[in-house]
Amino acid sequence: MLSSTAKNLYWMGRYLQRAKSTARLIEATQRMALQSRGEEAAGVAAIFGMEDEFRQSQAQGQRLASLIDFLVLDENNPSSIVNSIGAARRNAREERNNITVDVWESLNALWLELTARLRGNRATLDRGALIESVKKQAVMIFGAAAVTLLRDEANNFLQLGAFLERADNTGRILDVKFHLLRPDGSPSAEGLDYFAWSELLACIGAVRTYRRIYRSSLHPMKVAELMMLRRDVPRSVHHCLWMVDLNMRELAEAYGTRGEADRLAGELHARLRYARIDRVFEIGLAKFLGELRGDIGTLSDEIGRQFLLD
Amino acid sequence: MAIKAFDEMNSGTDGSVRVPYRSVADWLARTSPERVAATRAEVDLFYRRHGITFGAYGAAEGAETTIPFDIIPRVIAYDEWQYLHKGLSQRVQALNAFLSDAYGQREICRAGIIPEEQILMNGEFVAMAQGLQLPGGVHAHIAGIDLVRVGEKDFYVLEDNVRTPSGVSYVLENREVMMRLAPELFAAKSVLPVADYTEELLATLRSVSFSDGHEPNVVLLTPGHYNSAYFEHAFLADEMGIELVKGSDLFVDESRVFMRTPRGPQRVDVIYRRVDDAFLDPLAMRPDSFLGVAGLLGALRAGRVNIVNALGNGVADDKSTYTYVPEMVRFYLGEEPILQNVPTWRCDRADDYKYVLEHLSEIVVKEVHGSGGKGMLVGPTSSKAEIEEFRALLKARPDNYIAQPTLSLSTCPTFVNQGVAPRHVDLRPFVLSGKKITIVPGGLTRVALKEGSLVVNSSQGGGTKDTWVLAPDAPADGS
Repeated sequence: MLSSTAKNLYWMGRYLQRAKSTARLIEATQRMALQSRGEEAAGVAAIFGMEDEFRQSQAQGQRLASLIDFLVLDENNPSSIVNSIGAARRNAREERNNITVDVWESLNALWLELTARLRGNRATLDRGALIESVKKQAVMIFGAAAVTLLRDEANNFLQLGAFLERADNTGRILDVKFHLLRPDGSPSAEGLDYFAWSELLACIGAVRTYRRIYRSSLHPMKVAELMMLRRDVPRSVHHCLWMVDLNMRELAEAYGTRGEADRLAGELHARLRYARIDRVFEIGLAKFLGELRGDIGTLSDEIGRQFLLD
Repeated sequence: MAIKAFDEMNSGTDGSVRVPYRSVADWLARTSPERVAATRAEVDLFYRRHGITFGAYGAAEGAETTIPFDIIPRVIAYDEWQYLHKGLSQRVQALNAFLSDAYGQREICRAGIIPEEQILMNGEFVAMAQGLQLPGGVHAHIAGIDLVRVGEKDFYVLEDNVRTPSGVSYVLENREVMMRLAPELFAAKSVLPVADYTEELLATLRSVSFSDGHEPNVVLLTPGHYNSAYFEHAFLADEMGIELVKGSDLFVDESRVFMRTPRGPQRVDVIYRRVDDAFLDPLAMRPDSFLGVAGLLGALRAGRVNIVNALGNGVADDKSTYTYVPEMVRFYLGEEPILQNVPTWRCDRADDYKYVLEHLSEIVVKEVHGSGGKGMLVGPTSSKAEIEEFRALLKARPDNYIAQPTLSLSTCPTFVNQGVAPRHVDLRPFVLSGKKITIVPGGLTRVALKEGSLVVNSSQGGGTKDTWVLAPDAPADGS
């Protein structure tokens, strides 16, 4: 397999996951906006690191709608859903011969649907339906990959991209939202805004999962634990880094070599595997997540260096 | 001006259906118009969903369109195919012999058959390819020979394509689509299969490696996904299970070619390139090329990598060399040519030029190096103004043009907006030359969808059809 193929599959995984995470986040935010007087839109803007611009830009009532358009449609936003799907499709198109017809077809179908929707009048564009179909079809595409792709190095790179992106997305959402809800960083359950905390779980689609696991009312420490440390929750940071480590080990086995990326992947996995949530809050959630997110970024760079993706 | 053409389905004696077309005619008669309309819609969806697209030149950058596929097959009887197969093998053998000679001793020039300047002054001549000893002496490993039919027994070669002929992916995909749409037509096993093309192509590519010590590593070099034939490049690489590479995936070290992989550099032995000569190696050819690999020609000259098709093949397939091909067959093979050339006037010859100028409204004039149906004049279907415009071009550079009589290309029934109507077709069989010559039955049938049009090129709005060669024992009524 070519390095350029590894690179395309890695980025296809990242972009597709990015679009999917964004779609879910917007959906959760919209639902929340209907139930609370808080500044949900500002929280979302903060997740994408554009809170200041957002506050200055629009009249209050328009803010959420324009933010959604920025995240979904904006051609100047490289991470907008439409741009992410377009980028994922370009990566896939270059690797038509390294993915199955099922993966290509489902991704191409999503792209065709998006472009067909965008061709119509922007004013009457059904954003909700668009977000819904991105969410649904992204699952179909990953599903097609899961059941049809050869379990070889190409698949490893696709998985690496998707899980690194997902780890980063979940970490970022938890980091920003937790800070907004508990500026002092304490995990106290006092005066808890039920809607706001369940929305935080909804961002990773884990409201019912929380009930199943804890069988208790919402508690900030448990929410953080679920999103970060639970290995059995497929969007938790731990689960994602476990998968990253697993794929790295398979590559090391196939290639017979190891490097800094392997070491870092193993270390990150171990850090989450052996972490305890009460200790995390002693250190400070913000500090812990800050370091973790920094290291995830470094791992992404190291993967590029080690496999000549750059 | 309407030309009375040979219709491949309806030109039987007394206007009856010709024997090879009987099963197709029956199928058409018993299939309802609604079913046909539904089928045509299915086809378009199938091609789009599979991303089988073609970026026609001149369309917006990155624009993707599908080539229209017509669901009525084009049928060739077994004995017709046997004749074509023999003629094609002979012609490609002669072209390969000529290319070896052109880059070797040029015996054919010494014998006074082709003037040396025809080769040396040709813009497509690659001096760096002189004296190379290629495996098996093969230069044109993949040749697309464009044929037209004008009567029951009359086929002509319209042109030879021995640089990087494209279109074979449509042969394979069209068959896939046709078998999905009308499986009943194939139930009698009366149509020869084409699906083994990629298997044969891979065997051909592997057979022309310089290395005999190890398993050859074959790659397909593409200019990238902005190229109009990118779909085909990806398709062929996929079917053969070889890497689809761009110039940036390869590098040359000590005259050996390597590809970059996550596990480190890997040797490359044969490059099936779909990049034009001029862009292959920025050190040897165009220095501004980003599509090639620096040092590639050095590796070729060192006998460390073979490039397929060979460099400089353009000297054999331009429209002025074309006129010499029958002579090549006689000179190299000592045989009479089986396939006929279209009579051709060369505008660099005074007599011919005079004739062409006097008959512009009746004939077809083409650029010597033109392709894709561009830079040509079809006299009978052109306006006075168009003819005069072309006359000025011709007068400015007579040696840049050849002319041929307007052939009434055969027609095939084709779906158009008003129903089924005859449209002109041609045929491009693909001839593989390695240790042996292989031709998959049939080839690409291109159809001019505009009424009366003789230009079948996909870049000019042409479509394609599934092309059938009937099995020798095929029942005539298809049952």
